[in-house]
Amino acid sequence: MDIQSIQDLLTEHPILGRFDTASRELLVGCARNHHFGAGEMIQTEGDPADLVHVLRKGDVAIEIAAAHLAPVIVETVHGGDILGWGWLIPPYRTMYDARALTEVSCVSLDAACLRGKCDDNPMLGYQMFKYWLPHLAARFRAQRLQVVDLYGEGRD
Amino acid sequence: MAKAVTDQARISSSLLPRRFRVQQAWPESATITSLALSPLEGPVPSFRAGQFNMLYAFGVGEAAISICGDPDSGDLLHTIQNVGPVSGALCDLMAGDVVGVRGPFGSGWPLADQSGRDLLFVAGGLGLAPLRPAILQALAMRDTFRSVTLLVGARSPTDLLYPAQLADWAAGDGLELAITVDRGPPGWTGMVGVVTNQLARALQGRDPASVSACVCGPEIMMRHTCLTLCDAGVPAAAQWISLERNMKCAIGTCGHCQFGADFVCRDGPVFRWDKVAARLRIAEI
Repeated sequence: MDIQSIQDLLTEHPILGRFDTASRELLVGCARNHHFGAGEMIQTEGDPADLVHVLRKGDVAIEIAAAHLAPVIVETVHGGDILGWGWLIPPYRTMYDARALTEVSCVSLDAACLRGKCDDNPMLGYQMFKYWLPHLAARFRAQRLQVVDLYGEGRD
Repeated sequence: MAKAVTDQARISSSLLPRRFRVQQAWPESATITSLALSPLEGPVPSFRAGQFNMLYAFGVGEAAISICGDPDSGDLLHTIQNVGPVSGALCDLMAGDVVGVRGPFGSGWPLADQSGRDLLFVAGGLGLAPLRPAILQALAMRDTFRSVTLLVGARSPTDLLYPAQLADWAAGDGLELAITVDRGPPGWTGMVGVVTNQLARALQGRDPASVSACVCGPEIMMRHTCLTLCDAGVPAAAQWISLERNMKCAIGTCGHCQFGADFVCRDGPVFRWDKVAARLRIAEI
């Protein structure tokens, strides 16, 4: 897969496709294609958050496991989403388990490379803030709705 | 004088329950039961998708319950969640029991006006029940619409209503179906998250201005769904929700279900979103 192809893939992505071309070109240097088979672990809670996965196709389960409980899927993310934000927050560790529910194709960005490029190019950092933050905010909002039991019962 | 007599007669006939026999009763889940009813005398009254009946559990009380059957086949089907004494008594009915029925009442889903548009149904929890007649009708006249999409949200896979029907719809090519649950137990390979998460995907590749949405579920779910649809460009005047209030007389006379300037039993339960959106932001009305 050549660099141009990765750039095309990023351009097609609903979030990264909104970045200006120059910022997206900067990302290409940190990016590589990645594929996960159904059932494969993509990341494990507590591991170094070395990668950000720009999901192109497939479904990913975000799971929380406890010693006395089977893993519970708290959210699924899909093609068009971005998986992982531990890379941005020290000490840069993943905050949850993520497992491929189906075949998953993504462009993975090297976290250290990405942080470095954001430091060196404030416009890239601003584009991350401008286009990635709404995606994160929508997910936080959705998880709040999950907490309030959106489908709760009525009464007579 | 003649009009007063006519009104009096209309009110009297609307308040008089007819006796229906429970032909079949079956559990949908631990707290939800479906009843298929047939009249002891006379025909099944014709009804529109989205309307409700008042079901009377003799000696206990009456409750407003959406009609879930197919309007074209005239199946009088009700799906009831046990949330109190009256609904509990209705859920306890068995085949052969008799129940009082008044109705149908209220407004329906405006399917007939959506020709050529992308039809989007969004159901949360028990909200799939009042939408089911409209979905069946939409599939019966599938060529009328550019597309038909159904998004279903539930707490967990075991809380999904009509699982066999959902499987049929998923296997068919009449509609695009997405199911999501709040909590995915081990083994669940479907989507997890609130139903609003699925809206962006459902709208992908469609002109939001051409989408008509019918939304049914708890009020908070409908509110967030419609706000998200508005943010995505779906016209507020092309979204409908079904409201639930304390319906008693069902003909807009007693005032129990007053909702601002409307009575939910008479002017609803199906309301256009832009007509009620502001009122839904007022606490405790």
